[in-house]
Amino acid sequence: MAQTNTTGDRIFGAILFVAAASILVIVAAMIAMMTSNSLPTIQKFGFGFLTGSTWNPSSGEFGALPFIYGTIVSSLIAVVISVPISLGIAIFLTEQAPVRIARPIAFLVELLAAIPSVVYGLWGIFVLAPFIREYLGWFLQTYLGFIPLFQGRLTGIGMMTGGIILAIMITPIITAVVRDVLEAVPTTQRDAALALGATKWETTQIVLSNAASGIAGAVVLGLGRAIGETMAVTMVIGNVPQITTQLFEPGYTIASVLAANFAEARDPLYFSALIEIGLILFLVTFVVNALAKLLVVSVTSKGGGTAKHA
Amino acid sequence: MKSNLKTLSVLFCLLFATALFAACSGQPMGDGGGSSSGGAATSGASQRLQGVGASFPKPIYEKWVNEYGKVNTGARIDYQSTGSSAGIKAVQQQTADFGASDEPMTGEEMTAAQSEVLHIPTVLGAVVLTYNVEGLSAPLKLSPQTVVDIFLGRIKKWNDPKIAADNSGVNLPDREITVVYRSDGSGTTNVFNNYLGKVSPDWTVKGQNMTLPQGVGLGAQRNDGVMGQVKQTPNTIGYVELTFAKANNLPSALIKNAAGNFVEATIETVTAAAADSVQTTPDDLRVDITNAAGANAYPISSYTYILAYKDQKDAGKGKLLSDFLWWATHDGQAFARDLHYAQLPAGIVTKVENRLKLMTSGGQPIRK
Repeated sequence: MAQTNTTGDRIFGAILFVAAASILVIVAAMIAMMTSNSLPTIQKFGFGFLTGSTWNPSSGEFGALPFIYGTIVSSLIAVVISVPISLGIAIFLTEQAPVRIARPIAFLVELLAAIPSVVYGLWGIFVLAPFIREYLGWFLQTYLGFIPLFQGRLTGIGMMTGGIILAIMITPIITAVVRDVLEAVPTTQRDAALALGATKWETTQIVLSNAASGIAGAVVLGLGRAIGETMAVTMVIGNVPQITTQLFEPGYTIASVLAANFAEARDPLYFSALIEIGLILFLVTFVVNALAKLLVVSVTSKGGGTAKHA
Repeated sequence: MKSNLKTLSVLFCLLFATALFAACSGQPMGDGGGSSSGGAATSGASQRLQGVGASFPKPIYEKWVNEYGKVNTGARIDYQSTGSSAGIKAVQQQTADFGASDEPMTGEEMTAAQSEVLHIPTVLGAVVLTYNVEGLSAPLKLSPQTVVDIFLGRIKKWNDPKIAADNSGVNLPDREITVVYRSDGSGTTNVFNNYLGKVSPDWTVKGQNMTLPQGVGLGAQRNDGVMGQVKQTPNTIGYVELTFAKANNLPSALIKNAAGNFVEATIETVTAAAADSVQTTPDDLRVDITNAAGANAYPISSYTYILAYKDQKDAGKGKLLSDFLWWATHDGQAFARDLHYAQLPAGIVTKVENRLKLMTSGGQPIRK
């Protein structure tokens, strides 16, 4: 009896180990494949691939900077817009709203997360782009046009539109995670704060400081989704490999250029350039996640400190 | 026990790595599988062909496969539209029974192929300039240099004298032009680049990707992306495939051809471009017919090809492919019009017949 038990344990342990190890193997295999396939451009352009701003497949010039720039800018716009809204929704749902109102709102937020990205893209082209062209862009250019960010040709298609679409797409993710995090904060803390005479706002502050690490994690999850999102962004960002501070001008993201050009890349150097861009996206995501972990660690220790004082 | 666990896990890892390795080296394994299944098909009653390639002719190929199935019951042809580049790669590495491409293979690509490839044109298409100009009622007329200047950002406004010169009496708005182009690699862009390069030395962009000077255009994915952007954004101009423009009733510009006439893109003017080029078309049919001479030729027209091995390893498959291509370039042409493809002119069909007669299997010609 005891004998069979240990054999079972051993097999079970081995299976678990293989499952865990397979992740390492998969990641290693992906990096190896992408690196070996991008060798032609790595050898030809070296580090210049990352800093080059000209992307011209017909003349064999490949610089990935416009795509890196476009990915970062559109994702940043998304996070800047989405974080306050998501935090607002989540705090409202957990701290303020009566269940009667909280339920339908929470349901709608979850519904947003379930909408396929191509639908967001279509909505972007047919609703958001005209709105930005006729109203938002017009307003910003007329009254804040002296700021370089708001200059440029107003076609309704561009990095601003891409960023706003992304903001809408990542809001449900950030909201859902923040809500879970806030709900995990013990009710006793709120009761204690209220009993000490704290206002609702002060109570919320205490809850937020205790949940800070989780909130940071939620934001990074959203950022990760924004960086990798392909379809909806492709449809509204304008797909022009250029670097400009004018947010109404078109841009291009890494995921978009990969999706658009992979199937028809006939020239081996072009193919290699696309693979290397994929590798960069992989590494960028890796770095973002690593930074997020560091952030979470630093916030956790600080948050813990505050909690003790409170 | 701990060491046992280690041994076990190492074993599992090895197993996993082997599986992974087998999956990675799937290319040659797949090849072997393909030829053996081909052998099995020969012994069976029905023949099966697998084609890979261009997405532009997919609707007509699907129609043909369907209609041909009625003529030759038992024939089964599958076509995967994964792009012209995939079609060329497939015939180079012989991973499909035939390939399809919107443009002929280059000499280099022919040399890299494992066996000689025949180019069989099947139908014709064209690139259409579609636009959305506020208050414009008459169809826009454009001369080649004007198109080049618009796409290079040298002509910035719709009421530019160069555009107005070809559109006398038409009210053109004092608005900035936004160019919409294909951001994905495509045969459509390739034909358009080819044409612009022929009509103007200023145009240096080649191949399947469009590159415009900074600040000129917007990129959109596929024909429907370009259409959406042009429809939605005022004062834009973009280019799409003729079949797509016709199916969606998009406005299309009249282009001044080599003979100096403004010609609308229609099935007839595209066929005319091919017919007017018959004299100059080489026997291997690898040709581009942009900027064709002829009074009624639409200048941005092109063939789409099926790529077939000259030497068919499997006699049964070779016979079926030869019969299918013969049928498609003769009886099958009748189905082209409804799907907005232009038919092959008679002079080209004769040349196609000569090419199909070159197909052999085991040293014997398939078609006597």
